[in-house]
Amino acid sequence: MGTLYEDIVAYGGEVFGEEHMETLRECVQCGKCTGGCPSGRNTALRTRKLFQMALLDLREEIFNAPELWFCSTCFTCYERCPKGVKTTDIIRIIRNLAAKEGHMSVPHRMIGVYVLKTGHAVPIGPDQMKLREAVGLESQPPTTQHPKNKEQLEQVRTIFRTTNYDAMIDFDWETMNLRGMKKGGKK
Amino acid sequence: MTDDDLGLTYAYFLGCITPNRYPGIEAATKRIFKEFGIETKEMVGASCCPAPGVFGSFDMHTWLPVAARNLSIAEEMGLEIYVTCNGCYGSLQEADHLLKEHPKLKERTNKVLNEFGREYKGTTKVNHSIVILHDIIGLDKLKERITKPMNDVNVAVHYGCHFLKPREVRGHGSSETPYILEDLVKVTGAKEVEYKDKLMCCGAGGGNRTADTVQSLEWTRQKLVNAIMAGCDCMVHPCAFCHLQLDRGQAEMNKAFGTNFNFPILYATQFLGLAMGLSQTECGLDIQTTTMPEKLLK
Repeated sequence: MGTLYEDIVAYGGEVFGEEHMETLRECVQCGKCTGGCPSGRNTALRTRKLFQMALLDLREEIFNAPELWFCSTCFTCYERCPKGVKTTDIIRIIRNLAAKEGHMSVPHRMIGVYVLKTGHAVPIGPDQMKLREAVGLESQPPTTQHPKNKEQLEQVRTIFRTTNYDAMIDFDWETMNLRGMKKGGKK
Repeated sequence: MTDDDLGLTYAYFLGCITPNRYPGIEAATKRIFKEFGIETKEMVGASCCPAPGVFGSFDMHTWLPVAARNLSIAEEMGLEIYVTCNGCYGSLQEADHLLKEHPKLKERTNKVLNEFGREYKGTTKVNHSIVILHDIIGLDKLKERITKPMNDVNVAVHYGCHFLKPREVRGHGSSETPYILEDLVKVTGAKEVEYKDKLMCCGAGGGNRTADTVQSLEWTRQKLVNAIMAGCDCMVHPCAFCHLQLDRGQAEMNKAFGTNFNFPILYATQFLGLAMGLSQTECGLDIQTTTMPEKLLK
């Protein structure tokens, strides 16, 4: 583990390229990101502050800040940054690092459970199947959740196993739920 | 074959919200495309895109191969893709862009896909349904099919975020002065009305809705108030996920904030569908939270 900046460049660099992540260093704290932020007007998220904290290596403070998760990834600041800082992608990578170190809420981890069970973050249920019929569609779309496509669903599960996503959210393959989770989503 | 028969076929990437919550969006889009000779083929075994702000926020290294797997299904079909959700557009187009930009990343991603005999080749293209309407079918052909003009209807256009941004991936020009949705609304005879913070996010993305639903609804509430204050009759948009936040969100905010919202929310093809003479049942507008006023149905 290096400094937070080094980790952002290393982990994010593998996907976006290191140069993309290194734009963080160009931040001059002008605040244009925060000025146009739809979250900032409603929540404690201050994108400018987040980037200063990242450059000051305040790792634990950032990872424990609830507002880290109040960015909707709208890319407004990404388009407006006068220094070309790749803001939204940097925020996503900071979140990736936070999640890897166990800072991930139960509702966020549950989205992974739905995908591991059905292949969908928002699965279909019997009520929605009726809605499909009401507009003249097949009751179930031919996606990974369709009983005919078990093999395809297994491919998605294989990806999650290969990248250790299942371990990251503490997924229990026996119960097909988060480990220690009781019915109804209560821990 | 009429002049309107384009003779095109696309693979429809359904995603999650469209088929599993708002099938009216799926039905209206397929019906309109068929009218113009655009055939839709289903992508058998496609999964969640997966959501760019959600899985992209949790682990980009998982997000990417899942998106690449979906792209490989369309590649096998030999077809270009269309989507009806900005989240799906965001994920699939961004993944395609990254894999084409970075050969090593493509190699690493294919190692994961090879485990079950798949490969991402980079031979498909990800299209948004409203771009097909605007650029492939075109405004002139659309105009000819408007049988129920929306002459006295004031429309608030809502873009969502990942249709326009980041510009370097999306390629639809300025994210501050867009025109595609405006054109599609105006072709029906409706008036596109400017309103405060028109380009503001719906509030749902990036895991924000899941992190704190009520907080995310406050963004939505502001957006709706701004549209109502400007005298709009309804909101028209291009994103299934925004639809969930804007439509079902109204029931949620009425409960959370004690408000009484019932502001009509329509996906672009639902709005065009009504103007082309489809019934609200055919567009699935009678099986959602917000209800359609007579003005939109006459």
